[in-house]
Amino acid sequence: MTDFSSIFGLALGLVASGDGELYAIIALSLRVTLTAVAIGCLVGLPLGAFLAVVRFPGHGAVTALLNAFMGLPPVVVGLVVYLLLSRAGPLGVLGLLYTPTAMIIAQAVLVTPLIAALARQSLSDLHGEYDELFQSLGLSTRRKMAALIWDGRYSLSTAALAGFGRAIAEVGAVIIVGGNIEHVTRVMTTAIALETSKGDLALALALGIILMTLSLAVNAAVLSLNRTARRLAYA
Amino acid sequence: MLKATETENMGHVRRTPLFPLVAKGLKYASGERALIDGLSLEIGETTRTVILGPNGAGKSLLLRLLHGLLEPDAGSITWGGEAMSGEVQARQALVFQRPTLLRRSALANLTFVLSHLPAAERTTRAHELLAAAHLEHIAATPARLLSGGEQQRLSLARALAREPDVLFLDEPSASIDPAATALIEKMIANAADDGTKIVLVTHDLGQARRLADEVVFLHQGRVTEVTPAPEFFSRPRTDPARSFVAGRLVL
Amino acid sequence: MSRKLLAGIAAALVLASAGAPARAENPFIVVQSTTSTENSGLFKHLLPMFTAKTGIDVRVVAVGTGQAIKNAENGDGDVLFVHAKKSEKEFVAKGGGVKRFDVMYNDFVIIGPKADPAKIDGGKDATAALKKIAEAKAPFASRGDDSGTHKAELKLWEGAGVDVKAAGGDWYRSTGSGMGATLNTAAGMGAYVLSDRASWSAFKNKADMKIAVEGDKKLFNQYGVILVNPEKHKHVKVKEGQMFIDWLLSVEGQTAIRSFRIEGEQQFFPNAEQTAMKKAG
Ligand SMILES: Nc1ncnc2c1ncn2[C@@H]1O[C@H](COP(=O)(O)OP(=O)(O)OP(=O)(O)O)[C@@H](O)[C@H]1O
Ligand SMILES: [Mg+2]
Repeated sequence: MTDFSSIFGLALGLVASGDGELYAIIALSLRVTLTAVAIGCLVGLPLGAFLAVVRFPGHGAVTALLNAFMGLPPVVVGLVVYLLLSRAGPLGVLGLLYTPTAMIIAQAVLVTPLIAALARQSLSDLHGEYDELFQSLGLSTRRKMAALIWDGRYSLSTAALAGFGRAIAEVGAVIIVGGNIEHVTRVMTTAIALETSKGDLALALALGIILMTLSLAVNAAVLSLNRTARRLAYA
Repeated sequence: MLKATETENMGHVRRTPLFPLVAKGLKYASGERALIDGLSLEIGETTRTVILGPNGAGKSLLLRLLHGLLEPDAGSITWGGEAMSGEVQARQALVFQRPTLLRRSALANLTFVLSHLPAAERTTRAHELLAAAHLEHIAATPARLLSGGEQQRLSLARALAREPDVLFLDEPSASIDPAATALIEKMIANAADDGTKIVLVTHDLGQARRLADEVVFLHQGRVTEVTPAPEFFSRPRTDPARSFVAGRLVL
Repeated sequence: MSRKLLAGIAAALVLASAGAPARAENPFIVVQSTTSTENSGLFKHLLPMFTAKTGIDVRVVAVGTGQAIKNAENGDGDVLFVHAKKSEKEFVAKGGGVKRFDVMYNDFVIIGPKADPAKIDGGKDATAALKKIAEAKAPFASRGDDSGTHKAELKLWEGAGVDVKAAGGDWYRSTGSGMGATLNTAAGMGAYVLSDRASWSAFKNKADMKIAVEGDKKLFNQYGVILVNPEKHKHVKVKEGQMFIDWLLSVEGQTAIRSFRIEGEQQFFPNAEQTAMKKAG
């Protein structure tokens, strides 16, 4: 097999070649995953905040369920979304199967519980600090949730990043609902799976390196944005 | 500073009186241990009430119970004959022993509790409050980075921002230098002059003398006496209070 | 609040779709097909010609034949293009498809490690070779995924009178995955494996493996194409789907299939109805 230095070379060469196809795949990966994470945050953060603020019968069970769903197997999510979106399924009329939208839906399902569970954890800690003050101020549940999310935004960005990491790296769900169609639903991970199945392990690994670099870049960007925002807030 | 009830006559229903505040047979326990142990108390509107008592007597717990943050295991609390409610609580503010500040700027900590005002007014009002607490220069500083004393002043300013009818204060000047203590006492006295009922917990006997009209002495989860201030400091009626006053004076 | 939330999600989805490439303008069909046709590069060779001629984009979902048929049954595709004649006929008989047409064939080959522990190298008889593998208990990697290749393999074992179920987990190893993954596995453990020639030719990780047995008639691998039944699934793009099928069967399509080469070697042999072939001749 090819040695690692030549694979790095291959990865660099791919990026440098300005290969339009590669960039389209990278762009689609980012578009699908970032949208899924945005939806995951839209749903997961309020859900996590709600669980941090409100006690109700069955609270423990819901939390446990959410924690368990952090480990949802992507293939299972892919299958369920496939069954929903398939022409034979309840949402078949929408014709969403084998589109980026289907992939976004699957990934959103995958990351929402993760983001919600992590948000609940960190917002519960914050709520422990704020609880008496909130009570004394007589705040509504909604204002409490909003205040927690706003004040906890830096630690919540970690939850969002965890969601991003899970989504950008998964192949099981997107390959089932996206179909890995060239130019339409092929993303980095499905391209890697394809090259692996073609036995082109070097190319697959080179793509893997590019994917990891991408993921690293997004993480670094968010963290440094975070740090700048924090510094400005503390200035 | 005038109370909203007195200045706004635009169709405002005059709010029901909160006093007397009557607590009867209050109990609050943690496991086997009775922390508040059959406490009864009556407080009127016009006086500035100072609660004294040794560490662990249950002063902070009592404030929490009165303010409705804790439910008593037994006994009752009534405000002007009415049970505690959201409306009653909304007319009160509590300055905690350990200041709980939002992870935001000092200014934002104030605007947060002024959400009923239009945005522009909110900022103006917040700046006024900061100025009154001599905190104008650190308006933009994250509240968590303020010094202990600054945090306590901000806490007080935030409580005053709500223009409460009742202001509970749990050792508001515990870690504060003499000048700032004087400032805080002035802010409290001003609020009292504007008609705010003051219920203050302190360890500082000097402060108690300066601010109190009457003293509630708490010992082991019970009220041992409620005495007008001058009399309390010259002739406490109960043993624990006597040794408390004496002990402090000796030190 | 939940309404706001839904609006937010919808906005996110719309925003994401807005960034979609403009190529989505073309009409398109979805073809459920197999990994062998996709991975070998045949579609990359054929589809641009078809699209240039008709302006129709072809979106290929490449999975195992079993899954491709299942997906087509669910209506998740306009055209089915696979290689398992028996299953395809069942599919049409059950009303899933309109009509089945032969398109082309290629052949299977038995791949083995160069060390050749079962001594089958150079053989022409697939059944005899499998018998020897079973006798030698030499490792054999099977797709085990209900694909056309898997079905063909099981038929060959049956012909050889070997009960592979009994040997499962022992020398007979079912990977339950696609052709490429199975070839990778075989390469990893020095196993024999049945592959379609195209997948093997295009496979890059050949390692210590080579073709051991080829050329047996029993190893022929027929591909068929079927339009998914619009009576069962109203959304099927009959016109475009039929155009694709017609093109595959036409002189032009058949010639295109014949012209596909990997390292100079023809991979697929068109054999659509002779009427069409005559015109090609
Ligand atoms: N949530 C709680 N659970 C168990 N014990 C508690 C709790 N809160 C307070 N206590 C105990 O109850 C007693 C009274 O506490 P409290 O905070 O009211 O004292 P305090 O009079 O305010 O004392 P200090 O002067 O030190 O502030 C203490 O012994 C304390 O340890
Ligand atoms: Mg205390």
